[in-house]
Amino acid sequence: MSRVAAGLALVAGDESRSAKIHQLPSGLGERWRVPAPPGPTLSELFSVHPRDGGWAGFLLAQVAADKPLLWVQDRMAILESGRIHPPGLAARDLIHVEARDARDALWAMEEGVRCSCLSAVVGELWGDPKALDFIATRRLAVASERSGTPCWLVRLGGQTNLSGARMRWRIASAPSLLNHLDPRSPGASAWDLELFRARGHPPGRWSIAHEADRFHLVAESGDRALGQERRLRA
Amino acid sequence: MPNLAIERWAKSADYGPDAPVVLTLEGPHGPIIHAVTKAAAERGARTGARLTDARALDPALTAMPGDPAADGALVERLAKWAGRWSPLVEIDGDPSALPGTGGLRLDVTGVAHLFGGEQELVRDIRRRFAKTGLTSRVAIAPTAAAAWALSHHAPCICGPDVAARIGPLHVSALRLDPDIVRTLERLGLKTVAALISVPRLALARRFRGAEDVVEALDRALGRKPEPLTAVGADPPPRALLKLEEPATHPEAGRQALERLIPPLVRELEGRRLGARRLSLSGYRVDGSVAVTSVATAIPSREPKHLQRLFADKAAALDPEFGFDAFALTADWTEDLGAAQESLVEEPSGTRELARLVDRLTVKLGPRAVRRPQVVESHLPERASGWVSALANAEPIAIPSMQRPQRLLDRPEAIDVIYATPEGMPRRFMWRRAVHDIARVEGPERIAPEWWRQPSSARLRDYYRAEDADGRRYWIYREGLIGDGRGGLPAWFIHGLFG
Repeated sequence: MSRVAAGLALVAGDESRSAKIHQLPSGLGERWRVPAPPGPTLSELFSVHPRDGGWAGFLLAQVAADKPLLWVQDRMAILESGRIHPPGLAARDLIHVEARDARDALWAMEEGVRCSCLSAVVGELWGDPKALDFIATRRLAVASERSGTPCWLVRLGGQTNLSGARMRWRIASAPSLLNHLDPRSPGASAWDLELFRARGHPPGRWSIAHEADRFHLVAESGDRALGQERRLRA
Repeated sequence: MPNLAIERWAKSADYGPDAPVVLTLEGPHGPIIHAVTKAAAERGARTGARLTDARALDPALTAMPGDPAADGALVERLAKWAGRWSPLVEIDGDPSALPGTGGLRLDVTGVAHLFGGEQELVRDIRRRFAKTGLTSRVAIAPTAAAAWALSHHAPCICGPDVAARIGPLHVSALRLDPDIVRTLERLGLKTVAALISVPRLALARRFRGAEDVVEALDRALGRKPEPLTAVGADPPPRALLKLEEPATHPEAGRQALERLIPPLVRELEGRRLGARRLSLSGYRVDGSVAVTSVATAIPSREPKHLQRLFADKAAALDPEFGFDAFALTADWTEDLGAAQESLVEEPSGTRELARLVDRLTVKLGPRAVRRPQVVESHLPERASGWVSALANAEPIAIPSMQRPQRLLDRPEAIDVIYATPEGMPRRFMWRRAVHDIARVEGPERIAPEWWRQPSSARLRDYYRAEDADGRRYWIYREGLIGDGRGGLPAWFIHGLFG
């Protein structure tokens, strides 16, 4: 997440959402900064729409590529929103675990998080499994902080129940930035992010894009804000 | 095991011990007696005789069909069970052919002292067979042929002087053809000692070309080697634990493991090996064996790691009537030199990763823990090959492409509305939800692989489509209008972009 803060820039919002980038003035209020966790920990990511694959881009942009990545999916997540596809994951070493249910998935995640040989552990769970309770998430958070391996718990189609995650995000894909080469094609990915619970940080809402290895803040035009609200609450 | 067939039958039948029962097999001229109980033998029934002849002697005989296949299976099980005494066990002869000829051969070279000497070993074997309800005749001899002769005719433990021991036996103890035995008897050569006293040259000349009497003699006296078929040049590293009392507690497996791992690791260290696959066998009192095994991604002899891998599986071994011995065997080993990682207990990255893979695979199965594999194919579902993480410990760089991050296991059919059949799609329906396409890029054409697909396979035009909410999908149209490979092209969704 530190890379977010480092590459924070404002994209002036106009009709075409062209990427006119300004550096953020340093005196800007704290609420404009996308917060970074103080160290490796458990973050929970809720996909607003369960069949929206957008969060993967946001997540992958923050995971270092020097060490292998452990990616755990439970069977429902694979059936509902597909299996990860290595050629699309930007050339990184990967171990994929297809867990039978949430209990196995959480066990595999915990085994992985205890290992300091991984760059990150990503676990996708569908719905609200019984095995995923406060204790399970709390164990993951503690193990992650102890070993220094960041852990991402991705919830597809789940409720925001009690959790021990240090940062809880809600994420939805947003219309992509303008593609300069072809205006009719999708451009750089953009997301609407909401941090609705975090330790030591006020909640906030951002609209960011990822382009050329940097995150940019996308300023909203007045008209889009309402639609934005609706999507995040959906 | 002279009475295997009848004893196996007696264990599963509800006849009294003194019922005159014979087991029969179908012969060319009616049923032939295959095995008899003691009571039936007293009434004149003999193995190998016809049932009608035996019935003529005593009409009260009860005849039951025999089951040589089950007898053979029992011998095989017993052979595995006999692994508790020696790592080399061979099933002797064809146990289902005739009772009395089946048996087990154990190579007890250098084994007996573990059981307190040869006497104790024989007693132990006899006692354990008796416990399972089977009669056994045990003999130990320097050669396999002599051991066979002694066990069948005069069970004893034979010292280095084989000739003196087998001398008084009948010539049939040399396992000769019945015709040759008859010839020898006619010549007055009734005992092995008489045969030994005949000059070799004369014997060889008399029985030229026929079953070699000389060779049989040489085998028995140790002049000619007779290797066991089950000989392995290098027996796998193995640790054995015998229990005083049968253990029926479910924790027995785990506790045995704790004691077995240190000696096995010491042996692996001594031979500079690392285990790739280990199996833990629990020998039950009733003669059956419970086996469980684990595999590792890189050779390992780290006690803590092996313990952790095995713990759950060892605890899941079912003791039934109780285990009285355990063996831990490294079935598959690889060279592993002595190495010190660091002064503190901090394993290196690759080794730690391999251990993680081991743990995940043991619990979830090799098909659930996988790594990507490069496959030379343009078809997306083929290009994303997966291989078990156990098999492939080396990381592979997957070439990065403009590809979705997620791929559906099977492309799903969607309904698409487009302005013109050849043009860009406008709207599609996937899983009962309508998506309006705001922006689209494509097509990227992927032709079918004509060298492995049938000629009716159609090309695919892939589009990256973004709907009004910003979600990106990978959809494709299969085929073209008028390509002669089917009707109207169908549309599918294949992946999701992040």
